Amino acid sequence: MYRITAKEVLAPVTKLFKVYAPEVARKAKAGQFVIVRVDEKGERIPLTIADYDRESGELTIVFQEVGKTTKQLGKMNVGDELASLTGPLGRPTEIENYGTVICVGGGVGIAPIYPIARDLRAAGNTVISIIGARNKELLFWEEKMRSVSDELIVCTDDGSYARKALVTEPLKEVLESGRKIDIVWAIGPAIMMKFCSLTTKPFGVKTIVSLNSIMVDGTGMCGACRVEVGGKTRFVCVDGPEFDGHEVDWNLLLERQRIYLEQEKRALEKFEREHQQACPCEEVG
Amino acid sequence: MAKVAPRNEMPRQDPKVRARNFNEVALGYSHELAVAEANRCLQCKKPTCIDGCPVQVRIPEFILALREGDMWGAVTALKDKNNLPAICGRVCPQETQCEASCVLGKKFEPVAIGRLERYVADWEIAQGVRTPTVAPPNGKSVAVIGSGPAGLTCAGDLAKMGYKVTIFESLHAPGGVLIYGIPEFRLPKHIVATEVKYVQSLGVEIKLNTVVGKLYTVDELLANGYDAVFLGTGAGLPMFMNIPGENYNGVYSANEFLTRVNLMKAYLFPEYDTPIMIGRRVAVIGAGNVAMDAARCALRLGADEVHIIYRRTKAEAPARAEELANAEEEGIQFHYLTTPVEVLGTEKGWVRGIRLQKQQLGEPDASGRPRPVPIPGSEYDMEVDMVIMALGTRPNPMVFTDTPDLERTKHGTVVANEETGRTKKPRVWAGGDIVTGAATVISAMGAGKRAAADIDAYLQNPDQPWWVENTK
Ligand SMILES: Cc1cc2nc3c(=O)[nH]c(=O)nc-3n(C[C@H](O)[C@H](O)[C@H](O)COP(=O)(O)OP(=O)(O)OC[C@H]3O[C@@H](n4cnc5c(N)ncnc54)[C@H](O)[C@@H]3O)c2cc1C
Ligand code: FES
Repeated sequence: MYRITAKEVLAPVTKLFKVYAPEVARKAKAGQFVIVRVDEKGERIPLTIADYDRESGELTIVFQEVGKTTKQLGKMNVGDELASLTGPLGRPTEIENYGTVICVGGGVGIAPIYPIARDLRAAGNTVISIIGARNKELLFWEEKMRSVSDELIVCTDDGSYARKALVTEPLKEVLESGRKIDIVWAIGPAIMMKFCSLTTKPFGVKTIVSLNSIMVDGTGMCGACRVEVGGKTRFVCVDGPEFDGHEVDWNLLLERQRIYLEQEKRALEKFEREHQQACPCEEVG
Repeated sequence: MAKVAPRNEMPRQDPKVRARNFNEVALGYSHELAVAEANRCLQCKKPTCIDGCPVQVRIPEFILALREGDMWGAVTALKDKNNLPAICGRVCPQETQCEASCVLGKKFEPVAIGRLERYVADWEIAQGVRTPTVAPPNGKSVAVIGSGPAGLTCAGDLAKMGYKVTIFESLHAPGGVLIYGIPEFRLPKHIVATEVKYVQSLGVEIKLNTVVGKLYTVDELLANGYDAVFLGTGAGLPMFMNIPGENYNGVYSANEFLTRVNLMKAYLFPEYDTPIMIGRRVAVIGAGNVAMDAARCALRLGADEVHIIYRRTKAEAPARAEELANAEEEGIQFHYLTTPVEVLGTEKGWVRGIRLQKQQLGEPDASGRPRPVPIPGSEYDMEVDMVIMALGTRPNPMVFTDTPDLERTKHGTVVANEETGRTKKPRVWAGGDIVTGAATVISAMGAGKRAAADIDAYLQNPDQPWWVENTK
């Protein structure tokens, strides 16, 4: 029902799929996400919408293979079908002309920051983008990001490509440079978003982050995704996923992301064991 | 009244065994038991049981057919008013409905109507469900939002009348609470699947993974060719207590816990991918059906101890009597007149206990039940590693996106005429938990039925005033 129409390997563990889902593509906006199930026994996982094409009816999702489900997803190919895809969920990014904005994308977070940067630029903003990854291999979409940014700063943690720095370093420099920055978007792993928020806080620049909590339904009915923002409990799937990074209780988010670590490990081991047996010839990425 | 044989018990799995498996607890009558129970029915000239049923099932008629050996006759009488009898026979609170108004019950025990209903419905499933004749297409189409009992019933009835019906369901499986909330051991999912297939066999199309309010708004559906819209989206939003510590790892809403276990089949992890925490000592807050289900699931997942914490007494507990008794038999421990004031956690953010406070009953509140009043200084701590909040639910507002003309109450339920299901917005009807707040399967079905009848009446004659206050 939800056919994969294109597959791209962006980095050894980062894959891009285009999925044919015309109705979702018609309604999708930057900042929203979908919930995907790989097969009938699969769990429901949220994936941010990295792009959409209303004409061709395709939706782009980008994911990093970290656990059983994303590894299994990564083994799917063009022509295969996802068991389900639900969306678009969550609130869209509030695109306005703010003035000058910084868009920070870390690791797989480069994918969701792309449509936000693109739409912010189209709305008249001056967009300064900062993208980074652990190393050269994990970096992707440099040219794509350049095409929607007025300035682009690229860095890697280990210096294997471009500047050797964490994204927070150039972020701080731009803020210190005296240029007037009106707002910052930061998307990536929770820990990176936490430190981006800490970086911008002393400058008093509002910082929007996109939280990646554990979810089940994605429609507000379970509360698995709850976080605390400004001292209040909020549901990421319906109240977010974007929140003011200065108000987020990061430690709670990081703790809640660890609830199923043990089970996730078990599931992954089982999957890898079974997969090795089934397909010993598969080349290692 | 002559001597009456005692009510026939229904065989059930042994409590010790069933407390560790997810198989159905109640095993159903044998044919002999069913006939014996049917023979207890007095076949009253003026039966009172029918009025006790929210959908007015022709009870004495199906029981008579059953005891005369006319099983298809029994099926026909039963299904005339009820599209989903195998479900109702299992989950309806008969003790407060049909069985409460059974004449026999005045002096003896009432006829076990629910068990007979289940017997007849299960017999039909075993034979292979027959599709009834459906009226020829009338060229009109109706969008039904939500595939719970309200939506399924409304859709089924409209399809029989010749309407083209599409159900829009946000989850990846149809059935609403029947599939994501009520556990396998009380309502096997193959039964729900059979009943859903029956509704589909009437010509109803079900579009899954479709969140109305996100993918389409109600107005878009009305503009895109649907003559009427029925909202049966239930009351799926969980409530929390707003006490400290509620976001520690190990605190679940009953909705999340049950959805993981039932819809996602986390009890079969890792064969199924969705994980669930296994609590050793579990506290469940609340004493409704949802609380009983959550407690009994926690036990079956492997908990050593499960405690139900309820602020009133057993007499006020809203759960079906049968399920409360089942939970007691399985060894769930009940703490009445007790309420949590805080969830206690470890430094790393995991639940380590719960602080409780004793209550006493005071004056009746708005619901007519005595109000629990805290006893100061009665706080004590209980060591637990999991807490499940089963405090009730409210309608999910998502379906109302961009439709301010759908008037709602301060409880978040939609305003609708009880008899017709009409909301304040022309061509939009609603029924089930979205109107009443969390209630019962059968009341949702009743509302779906009444709305289907009114949708038909209205679409045949749209030149009538839209909004009429309740007349009852
Ligand atoms: C755990 C539990 C146990 C229960 N036990 C019993 C019992 O033993 N006996 C009894 O009589 N009652 C019981 N109840 C109550 C009963 O299940 C409900 O009253 C009944 O299911 C309500 O039916 P409904 O059709 O109104 O809504 P629901 O069954 O809630 O169905 C609503 C459906 O709409 C879908 N939906 C919601 N929003 C949207 C949207 N925007 N777009 C598309 N689809 C949407 C939902 O996913 C859901 O599938 C229980 C409830 C729970 C939670
Ligand atoms: S994922 Fe269930 S409420 Fe957000």
